[in-house]
This record gives sequence, C-alpha cells and structure tokens, in this order.
Amino acid sequence: MRLDILNRGYRPGTKLLFALIRLVSRHPVPDAAKLVFYRPDFYGARAKAFTHEAMRGPSAWSVGDRELMAAYVSQVNESAFCIAAHTATASQAYRDGSKVAAVLADLESAPIEDGLRATLRMLGRLTREGQVGAADMRAVLAAGVSPQQVEDALAVCVAFNTTDRLGDAFGFEVLSLEGFEAGAKYLLRRGYR
Amino acid sequence: MPDQDKKRAAHQALVDRVLNGAGRASAEQRARAFSNDGLAPPLDALVGKVATTPTLVTEADFAAAKASGFSEDQLFELVICAAVGESARLYEAGLAALAEATLNGQVG
Repeated sequence: MRLDILNRGYRPGTKLLFALIRLVSRHPVPDAAKLVFYRPDFYGARAKAFTHEAMRGPSAWSVGDRELMAAYVSQVNESAFCIAAHTATASQAYRDGSKVAAVLADLESAPIEDGLRATLRMLGRLTREGQVGAADMRAVLAAGVSPQQVEDALAVCVAFNTTDRLGDAFGFEVLSLEGFEAGAKYLLRRGYR
Repeated sequence: MPDQDKKRAAHQALVDRVLNGAGRASAEQRARAFSNDGLAPPLDALVGKVATTPTLVTEADFAAAKASGFSEDQLFELVICAAVGESARLYEAGLAALAEATLNGQVG
C-alpha cells in the first residue's frame, strides 16, 4: 500500500494474527482487511460495524443481492480490488457466477428481477453523478421495491463508495483469483465484523 | 431501534469519530478533508482525487503531501476523512431524494 504504516505499522499481536491467517488460509491477508487493523479506533472498528450492518444486518435484500450491489457500485467506480472481491462473494452467495457476470456486463439485459435492476440503476447514477432525484427514487419504488429496501441499498452504496475510495487511494493489491475466492468464503462465513 | 436507524446510527458513529475524536491531524484539517474544501496545496490535490477521482491517486500525490510536512498517520486520517465525507454526501443525497419521493407517506 502507498503508506508504509499500512504495510509495516501494526502492533506485534496484529502481525502475529496476520502470520497465522497466511499460514491457515495459504493466502496473503487482503489489504482491505489489513486497513481496518491499523489504528482501529480511528477507522476500522466503526467502519466494520457499519459495513457489517449494511451487508449482513436485517434486510429484505439477500446477502447475494447486497454483495452484487457492492460489486456493481465498485464497477462504476472502476475500483479493481473491490470489483473482484465482491464479484467473487456475490457469485458464491448466489451459487451463480453467470448471473453476476451478466449484471456487470450489461445491467439492462441481465436475468434479474426488475426491482433489483432498478435499484442497481439508481445506485449507479448516485455513484457516477453524485446525486439522484425523486424521479429516480419513484422509478425504483414503481418496480416494487419498498422504501426500506431503498434505504438498505443506500447503506450498501455508501459503505462501498467509502471502501472503493480507500482501496484506490491507498493502493490495495489485487489478489489472485484463488485469493479472492478464499476472501469471499470468509466474508460469507464471518461477515465484516 | 428500527433496522434503518441502526444502519444510519452506525454510519453516524463513523462520521463522528473521524471528525471529532482524537487524531494526529487537527480537527480543522479533518473537517476540510471531509468536505473537500479549503485545503492548501499540495494536500488539496490528494484529497480532491480521493473524493472525486480516486483511481487517479498516485505515489506522487502522497510524496508531495509528505514533503509539505504531513506525516503518514496524518495522511491516513485525512484520506479516510475525504472518503467518508464524499460517501456521506451520497447518503444524504439518496435519503433526501427518497424522502421527497415518499412525501406524506405516499409512495409515488
């Protein structure tokens, strides 16, 4: 990563934990995971709590839907690490990698429900343009999405607009396919806490 | 606490911490990074990219900010404030549009 403190500035206990993770998983600790261990009182502890609530807290959206939103928002941001990480996680959650690939290739023709499609379209616009209007929201609601689901989707969008920016600014290293698959398995088993 | 309030409360806790808690960068600098407004060169370039074009951040942006006197821990905090700040504005914009679309409890 672009700051030395994020590569080497961890406490001895944390370094030991990273070594243990490398040993057990046989993959390097992803930079996204390392970041939340650096001075966790400043960012990591609360970022993890918010992201976990958005991605795994109660919602009418499935875990797969929310991981797909994370991948889609990351794609709009062209954030390489997060696109790969959440494409892998959404694919495992749905047990359907082709559905995720279809959404990322062309949202309009992908085989998903209209409510999810309308929601992703709105999240894409908010992420790309920095704003959405009431008409955008009415289009999502008209597709059968509840106001609560819109709020839940916005929380996912906000969590990943934050992580995408940090990944690109700090320079998260893109892992091997196997590394991302292992990370996805962890995120589905343990969440973001 | 209703579920949406738990999500918003968890987000607000993050915002409050990075802006108002203890830090190596001053609270004033963190607030400016959060709002992407009022920072002097060269830090304004780094923070501006984090907020609006994060894929364009380079080693040189960090090197210039460090050469102007910022420590790595300060830059860690200010980059985070910039990312959290831009995302918070997206949240506000989305929630405001939703509120307008559902005014008076009416959907549509």
